[in-house]
Amino acid sequence: MSAVISKKLVDEIAHLANIPLSDKELSSITAAFDETLQVIDNLSEIDTTGIEPAHHTTGLENIMREDVVDNERMFSQEEALSQAKKTNVGYFVVPRILHND
Amino acid sequence: MLTKRQPPGILGGQMTNPTYELVCGMEVHAELKTASKMFCGCKNDPFGAEKPNSHTCPVCLALPGALPVANKKAIEWTIMLGLALGCKINLFSKFDRKHYFYPDLPKGYQISQYDLPFCYDGKLETSFGTVRIHRIHLEEDTGKLLHKKINGEDVSLIDFNRGGVPLIEIVTEADIHSPEQAKEYGKKLREILRFLEISDCDMDQGGMRLEANVSVRPVGTTEMPSYKTELKNINSFKFMEQAINFEMKRQEKLLAAGETVVQETLGWNVSTQQTFSQRSKEEAEDYRYFPDPDLPPIRFTQAQIDVIKKSLPELPTQIVERWENEYQIEPRFGTKLFNTASEANIFESLFSSAKNKKVALDKLASALVNKQVSLPAVESDVEKIINEFAKLNSVEDVDTGELKATIQTILSENPDVKEKYAKGEKQVIGFLMGQVMRVSGKKLDPAAVRATILLSLEK
Amino acid sequence: MTDLNKLTLKKAQKLVAEKEVTAAEIQQACIDQIKEVNGKLNIFLSHLDVPVTASEGSLHSLPIAVKDNVCTLDFPTTASSKVLEGYRPPYEASIVRKVKEAGGVILGKTNLDAWAHGSSTETSDFGLTLNPRNPDFLPGGSSGGSAASVASDTCIIAIGTETAGSIRQPSAWCGVVGLKPTYGRVSRYGIAAMASSTDSPGPIAKTVEDAATLLDFMAGHDPLDATSNPAEHPVFSNSLNKKISGMKVGVLYQDLKGLEEVRPYIDAASKVLEDLGAEVEYSQALDPHYAISVYTIVQRAEVSSNLARYTGIRYGNDRSHFGDEAKRRIMLGTHALRKGYADKYYLSAQKVRAKFALDFEKLFKKYDVLISASSPTLAEKIGASEGSSMFGELADMLQEPSSICGLPGINVPCFRDPETNLFLGLNIVAPAWREDLVIQFGDAYEKATTWNSWRTND
Repeated sequence: MSAVISKKLVDEIAHLANIPLSDKELSSITAAFDETLQVIDNLSEIDTTGIEPAHHTTGLENIMREDVVDNERMFSQEEALSQAKKTNVGYFVVPRILHND
Repeated sequence: MLTKRQPPGILGGQMTNPTYELVCGMEVHAELKTASKMFCGCKNDPFGAEKPNSHTCPVCLALPGALPVANKKAIEWTIMLGLALGCKINLFSKFDRKHYFYPDLPKGYQISQYDLPFCYDGKLETSFGTVRIHRIHLEEDTGKLLHKKINGEDVSLIDFNRGGVPLIEIVTEADIHSPEQAKEYGKKLREILRFLEISDCDMDQGGMRLEANVSVRPVGTTEMPSYKTELKNINSFKFMEQAINFEMKRQEKLLAAGETVVQETLGWNVSTQQTFSQRSKEEAEDYRYFPDPDLPPIRFTQAQIDVIKKSLPELPTQIVERWENEYQIEPRFGTKLFNTASEANIFESLFSSAKNKKVALDKLASALVNKQVSLPAVESDVEKIINEFAKLNSVEDVDTGELKATIQTILSENPDVKEKYAKGEKQVIGFLMGQVMRVSGKKLDPAAVRATILLSLEK
Repeated sequence: MTDLNKLTLKKAQKLVAEKEVTAAEIQQACIDQIKEVNGKLNIFLSHLDVPVTASEGSLHSLPIAVKDNVCTLDFPTTASSKVLEGYRPPYEASIVRKVKEAGGVILGKTNLDAWAHGSSTETSDFGLTLNPRNPDFLPGGSSGGSAASVASDTCIIAIGTETAGSIRQPSAWCGVVGLKPTYGRVSRYGIAAMASSTDSPGPIAKTVEDAATLLDFMAGHDPLDATSNPAEHPVFSNSLNKKISGMKVGVLYQDLKGLEEVRPYIDAASKVLEDLGAEVEYSQALDPHYAISVYTIVQRAEVSSNLARYTGIRYGNDRSHFGDEAKRRIMLGTHALRKGYADKYYLSAQKVRAKFALDFEKLFKKYDVLISASSPTLAEKIGASEGSSMFGELADMLQEPSSICGLPGINVPCFRDPETNLFLGLNIVAPAWREDLVIQFGDAYEKATTWNSWRTND
């Protein structure tokens, strides 16, 4: 079966998805991608003229909340930071990203 | 035969000095001042928080399993703004996920609106012409990044107090054709947002953010330019005006030299007074929008929109016009008196009550603007201020006996006055009046004082 | 009393209420059983070591096993992924809060396919779970740990989640009852999201009665979940012990290629329902192979979005810790949403999804419930999921149509192979919000047959 998708494209997708991939992983994922795309290609066989997409199944609409402060759910600073590996004087810390100021 | 010198670039032959015009659209973001955030119940007060990351919860921290629920008031205020700007309202609307990775965006996507914004096709009038509003939509704000060096390492510190705050985005068509018009548009928009009391628009605090898409085209052409640069992260109207001016000239120079303008995001460097590149816009980001499955869609009835429309207060320009017609208050005073609808209402009570009492309203307005009387803070201040104004123009009752005695004292201290008056030097009257006022220390009726002085002098 | 861990929930509630046994004794029996088998079967990732007391309530401090993608305050929550290894949520899921308020005790957290991506529990980052019925075989997934816990009597009852088949298929492979409620019936708040538009938490239990009982506690509107139904739910236990005579049953998918192994048992099950008085008819539905495509695209798209928050900045570890399956799904999902591809994949899938909904609408005009096999095969051997990039989605083919439409369904055991001790399950599906029907039919079938391992305990 001929390849439906190229390694280059898969690499682009990995960047878009913020997924770090080794060369080995890139190759195996490209093969897996191919396999999946072959399976899901059958959608075009179904006629969907006049059909609206079904984004929700419940039929619910207008579910909103009143503009009230929920003190019970709000964390203290300690709770908010409790699971982070890197914090500094009340902040989460990440390495500086240089190109997007 | 002398030929008249032609102005450059006119009438046939080469355009030696083509002039370009600005083609500019603006995107303004304003934080709504709801009590709670857009999709969770955390306190909406990023600037007033005691410490970083103290107004957060599973939802705005994007913990595993957290889910958003939309703030009804934020939605109603968005509709209200749309109606105030003459927009059409999408009766069926939804929220969409906008994906990109950045540390201040905890979910890895922002909940925003893509193809069905709440409002579209409105307008805002400026003295330079109409600026059409393309759309108004509602989304959530990101957290804040602080850049620092810690132990020699360049890091960014993240505070999520601002993350999830409701943000309204107003996008115009490219109808702005001068930096001055851009400034006026921004100021008028801010005035309306503040007037409706839905946003404080504090630019220093990031409560209102301006972005401009800038291109130029030769004057007289109407095609949309094929490129644009985006001016971002500009936090004052003055800087926006300067940045657009600079950018216009920069682009004109490039185009005149036959070069192309690179499509990119630019910032404004206040110290160097130049725009600088922030990020190339060659490839537009792929946000992979899709309707947020966690948020059921919103469906209004026309009746519900009509209720919101009825609740819209009269807008500033309409009020000032009406005050001129009804109360004869000059617009130059009217525009200075209020910022918000609540304030306008109080002045309305003041003027209508004063009108009933046959007070000189134009003088009252002037007194208010010049702070000769206090400004009303609440409805109940109205009577107090009318009295203050009355006192301003009223005079004390004159005690004739006391007055005569005062005049006699002054005349005896200034013996030459009577002589001068007899010689016809009428200005001594003014001198005497001043003295009487000074000595008595009271605000006396000038006419009565004059009359008594004359009597005394004639004696 | 011995074997207290083998009690059904109903029996345990009765004995504790009548003070014949204490909840602590029951908890201890489960803990002892865990210590006995967990080393080999790898069902629990974390669990109690000693009994604890709970608040008052009709769940009487009885021990409940909870799938590890559900946030709990008392145990780590890892979703069986190295990304969340050691993560202690600072809040708990609404369903955990509800169950605790009713007096339930969280016994421990059960293993799953990492991020619930799978139908084998083999893709857990913390080792696979073995099928207690026959440890050479897989328990199914993604709620394999919860299903195995019930099957091994290491708990009284369990909670799982289903995105497409993840409650019903492992329940089928482990020979237990698995109830997937209507999407929106039970709150998702506090459950690590997989596919936001189909994720449904539900009970995995020893009997249909137990499942209905726990569902009564789990279900109901949650203001913290905008997709949860504001309407009050009926008392599900009231649907037990009701006759099905005169009701109409449609049998689906029997003529599909690949179902040869299970077909005769579904035929037999149909006969049982007929003997109970129902009108049973073989019927046609939209080919579930299209549901595989719809589900694969929509689920992976939503997965790519829901897993974007895991960066290791605010909690957990960075994205290099994702396993292969997660990486594959995230990337396929990202691709399905890209400019130039979203129309072909994501939008088309959502339209075909609407067609499945219309198809079910049509079928439910004729039938009260629809039945089929829960899985095209009995439990598969260890290693079966390796090397296939779509094992999960293919294995769940028969569940995907009802899952993508948000419909309620139940799995009840309908066959046991005496040689392998492996089970097959019968899948019963009803219209949206009609859990009462799946409970009614499931209960009737269970009581009319002997496939249920705990029935004789009553």
